[in-house]
Amino acid sequence: MLRLIYYELIKTFLKKRTYIGFALVAVIVPLVEVAMKLEGGRFLQYSLRSLQQDFFFVGNLYNGWFVAHSMMNSLWVQIPLLISFVAGDQLAGEATAGTYRLILVRPVSRTRIFLSKFSTTAIYTVVFVGFLGILSVGLALVLLGRGDLIVLQRGILILSESDVAWRFLAAYFLAAWAMLTIASLAFLFSSFVENAIGPIIGTMGVNIVFLLITVIPVELFKDIKPYLFSNYLNVWQQVFEDPIPWESVGNSIAVLGAYSVGFVFIAWLIFRRKDILS
Amino acid sequence: MTGEIILQTKNLGKQYKHRWAVHHLDLEVHRGDVFGFLGPNGAGKSTTIRMLLSLIRPTEGEVFLFGKSLDREREKALESIGGIVEKPDFYGYLSAYRNLEIVGALNGGTTRKRIEEVLSLVGLSTRARDKVKTYSHGMKQRLGIAQSLLSDPEFVILDEPTSGLDPQGMKEIRELIRHLAADQNKTVMLSSHLLNEVEMVANRMAVINRGELVTQGDVSSLLEKGEKSVAVRAKPLEKVRQVLSGQRGVEKVVETAEEFLVTMPFEGIPELARALVREQIDIEALVPRRSLEEYFLAITESDTREGTSKE
Repeated sequence: MLRLIYYELIKTFLKKRTYIGFALVAVIVPLVEVAMKLEGGRFLQYSLRSLQQDFFFVGNLYNGWFVAHSMMNSLWVQIPLLISFVAGDQLAGEATAGTYRLILVRPVSRTRIFLSKFSTTAIYTVVFVGFLGILSVGLALVLLGRGDLIVLQRGILILSESDVAWRFLAAYFLAAWAMLTIASLAFLFSSFVENAIGPIIGTMGVNIVFLLITVIPVELFKDIKPYLFSNYLNVWQQVFEDPIPWESVGNSIAVLGAYSVGFVFIAWLIFRRKDILS
Repeated sequence: MTGEIILQTKNLGKQYKHRWAVHHLDLEVHRGDVFGFLGPNGAGKSTTIRMLLSLIRPTEGEVFLFGKSLDREREKALESIGGIVEKPDFYGYLSAYRNLEIVGALNGGTTRKRIEEVLSLVGLSTRARDKVKTYSHGMKQRLGIAQSLLSDPEFVILDEPTSGLDPQGMKEIRELIRHLAADQNKTVMLSSHLLNEVEMVANRMAVINRGELVTQGDVSSLLEKGEKSVAVRAKPLEKVRQVLSGQRGVEKVVETAEEFLVTMPFEGIPELARALVREQIDIEALVPRRSLEEYFLAITESDTREGTSKE
C-alpha cells in the first residue's frame, strides 16, 4: 500500500497543475501582506472606528498576527477552489488521460488503488494548507512584527502575544481538517465524471451554495444549517475565542469527519463498480 | 493446438441500455496459442477485451482466466496477464522508465533490470528517460507492449497493437508477437481488423461481428472453409465479361474498379487463362486468393457485397 501511495505522490507532485495552487498562494499572500504593510493599519482603524469613542487602544495591534489571522479568511472560498483543482483531478484525470486502462488491469484491487489516491489527496491538502500557514504567518511576522492579537469576530477580543502562536498552529490543523472535507467532495465528484473541470465546478458550486445558506440569516434556512458541512468549516475560528468552546470544536471535527467519510465512501462505491469506457 | 485452456468466456455479454455490444460470447484460448480475435470496427472486440481485463463488468456470463473466475478471484486471475487496451495512453509528463515503474508497483513490484529488459525488447532503451509526451504514436505502441510484458506474464492480450503504425512498424510488431510466442512461450491474444495481419501470426482465431461470435477454430481449417477466388486484371473489359460469363466452374463474379474477383476453384485457373488468351485478351494479372481476409469479408460483409452470379 505504501508503494502505491508513493507512486501516486510522484504522479501528483510531478504534475504541473499541482503547483497552480502553490504558485497563486506564493504570489497572492506576499502581495496582500505587503499591501497591508504599506496601507499602514487603516483597515484596522476603520474596523475599530465606532469603538474608539468608548475604548482606548494601546500597543501595536496592527501586527503580523492580525494580518495572518485576516489571511485565514481565504479558507472560505479561494483555498477550497485551489484544493479542488488537484482533488478533482485525482480520478477524473486518469479517465481524461486514458490511463485508467493502464492501471486498472493490474492484479491489485480497485479499493487499494482508490485508497492510495485518496491518501495522496489528503497529503496534498495538508501540505497545501501547511504551505499557506507557514507563508502567511511567517511573512506577516517578518513584515509587521509581533504583538497582541486583536480578533474581530463576534465582538472584539484581544489575545496576549504569548497565547497566540499555539492557537495559529491549532487553527491550521483544524483548517486542514475542514479542507479535507472539501477535498473529499471534489474526490467524490471526480469518481463519476471523466473530466476534471466537472469536479471543480461541482465542488465550488456546492460550497458556495452551502455557504450562502449558512450565512444568510433567513428563518427558512435555520433548520437546514446544522446539516450542512459549510456550517462547520469555520472550526478554525473557534480557537481564537476565549475561552475556546472545545465541545463545539469537537462537534465540528466530528461532523466534518463524518462528511469526509461519507463522501469518500460514496466515491468508493462508485469507483469499484465503474465501467471504464474512456 | 489443444493445450490447457487459459481463457474461457461463457455466455459473455455486455448491454448498454437496449443495445448488446457483446452477446452470448463463448471464447477459448489455449496455452501456446497466438489467438487472432477478428472483427470489423464496432464489432465488440474492445468491449470484449475490456471485460477480459476487468475494466468493465459483464451484463451476463463469466470470464475464466487460468481456471479462475475474474468476478470472484479478480487479483489471482489477473496475476499472469499483461495487456493493452485500444491506444496505449501513459502519463505523458513522466518518462517511459517512470511509467513502467508505476505499472510495476501495481504488479506488486519490479526491478530496474526488468524495466530495462522490456524497454530493450521493444527498442526504446535509448529513449527511456524521455517524457512520453515526446514519443511518436509508434513509440507509444511499443511502450504499450513493454508495459504489458513487464510482469513476465504467461498470457498477453494485445488490442489492435499495430493500429496507426506504418508498414515497417506493423512488421516489427508482428515479429515481436512471433518472438513472444515462439521464444518466450507466451500465449498471445491479438485483436485486429487487419485480417492479413492475423493470418500471418495466428494459429487459432475467432471472428466476431455485431457483438456475436461468428466462428472460432484453427486458422488453417477455417481457411479451408473460405471462398477460393481469382482476381483477374485484363482488357478489354467487355471481352473479359463475356469469357467469364461462359467459363466453366465460375460461381460468382464481382467487378470492381480495378479487377474482376472471380469465385472459382483454383484448379480452373489454367483453363481460364487459356480462354482469355484465345480471345486475345491482354492479361495483366491472374491472382489466386484464399486468404483469411476473403473469408472474413465473406462472413461479415455478405449482406453489403454486391455481385453478379453466374448460372
